Amino acid sequence: MRASLMPLHDHKGGLMIAVKATLMRDLTLMLRRRGEMLNPLVFFALVITLFPIAISPDPELLAVIAPGLLWVAALLAALLSLDSLFRSDYDDGSLEQLLLAPQPLAALGLAKVAVHWLLTGLPLALMAPLLGIMLALPAGSYAVLALSLALGTASLSLIGAIGAALTVGLARGGVLLSLLVLPLYIPVLIFGAGAVQAAIMGDGVSAHLAILGALLAASLMLAPWAIAASLRISING
Amino acid sequence: MWAFINKLRSPKWFYAISAKLQPFFWVAAAALILAGTVWGLAFAPADYQQGNSFRIIYVHVPAAFLAQSIFVSMAISGLVYMVWKIKVADMAATVMAPLGAAMTFVALFSGAVWGVPTWGTWWMWDARLTAMLILLFLYLGVIALRGAFTSRDSASRAASVLAMVGVINIPIIKYSVDWWYTLHQPATFTVTGRAAMPMEMWVPLLIMVLGFYSFFIALTLMRTRSEILRREGTKRWVQDLVTGQPEEKR
Repeated sequence: MRASLMPLHDHKGGLMIAVKATLMRDLTLMLRRRGEMLNPLVFFALVITLFPIAISPDPELLAVIAPGLLWVAALLAALLSLDSLFRSDYDDGSLEQLLLAPQPLAALGLAKVAVHWLLTGLPLALMAPLLGIMLALPAGSYAVLALSLALGTASLSLIGAIGAALTVGLARGGVLLSLLVLPLYIPVLIFGAGAVQAAIMGDGVSAHLAILGALLAASLMLAPWAIAASLRISING
Repeated sequence: MWAFINKLRSPKWFYAISAKLQPFFWVAAAALILAGTVWGLAFAPADYQQGNSFRIIYVHVPAAFLAQSIFVSMAISGLVYMVWKIKVADMAATVMAPLGAAMTFVALFSGAVWGVPTWGTWWMWDARLTAMLILLFLYLGVIALRGAFTSRDSASRAASVLAMVGVINIPIIKYSVDWWYTLHQPATFTVTGRAAMPMEMWVPLLIMVLGFYSFFIALTLMRTRSEILRREGTKRWVQDLVTGQPEEKR
């Protein structure tokens, strides 16, 4: 076999090359399935549409609940997209190849999560101000809404990826995934929605955004290891 | 130290030693809970503000303590299982989870019952109630994840990882809920705002807490023993034990 002819140390090193290759591969795959990429965004818009219908079309009432609604809906949309994060790789066996690679699995998993955030979290954050207009979100909080969502969804993707990695081997892991992940999302939700509330009240938002950043830093540090351990469990099981 | 850890690896050794420890903890639990209940319900003075309704504290606080401690013990057992592959640790974690969930529920329920005379409502989105509710969801998640796997080894390792992730998150959740509460709700009346609890109320509470902990240890030992028998059912020593053959004959 060709592989046996190559000395092993050739495969080692090149961590950046492997991470870049994973990034490019996932980006290419996701961009080929644009419809799947749009689904969370459509879901986000749909859920937001439900609330005025169910509660009241009164703009004053909507303005009060808009920050929370937008955040919860975005969180659910991000959650919905998690199940597919490792699913197709698990099905076609490329996840096993990632596990076999000499590069640390944590780094490769992180690359996959980065692509997930880039193609779901970031679009959700960019779309949220538009839906904010429809919910009569008070002026002056739109930038904060987008920024808090951009920061927050990155943590959500990282934490959620742990749950996705744990449930990828299960046939019907979808509901279980939300059961595992939603309690862990609560701190991000508190500070994300809190940032928008603070912007509306005219208070400083830097404290909220700083904590969102801190949560992201902590998840960046710890989540990749948990993701790697969980992937190993799911593959060996 | 290593000899001790190696001994812990053996379910057989644990089965034997827990048989000796178990009665001690059962007696301690029964005595302490009985003493604490009688003292707390009958002899401790009534609260000057809340009257007799404060006596719920003798169930509520020990249950809340256990609810949190059990999750931590579960995560530690998970870590021990992941690092040293000690099966008994995972068996203990398995049997702890339902008890922890039950204690969380007891704490929530007694809190709700207590809320009626003090706050005038069954439920309030109080910081500690909310944090407790989230803890209940974390427990249910661990139990559900363990049940979802067909392979026992995968189930054990997945539940261990989730318990560890959860235990890192519990303080974060706790502080964010506190922050959220202070931002949204005016601090009206705090139940534990009276740290200066008189001695006559405090001592029975301490007895109850110790009693609940003894009960937790006793129950965990007992249920771990049955879990050992269930999982090691194919082993020789278990079969000898069940058929009643003396051990020397093997």
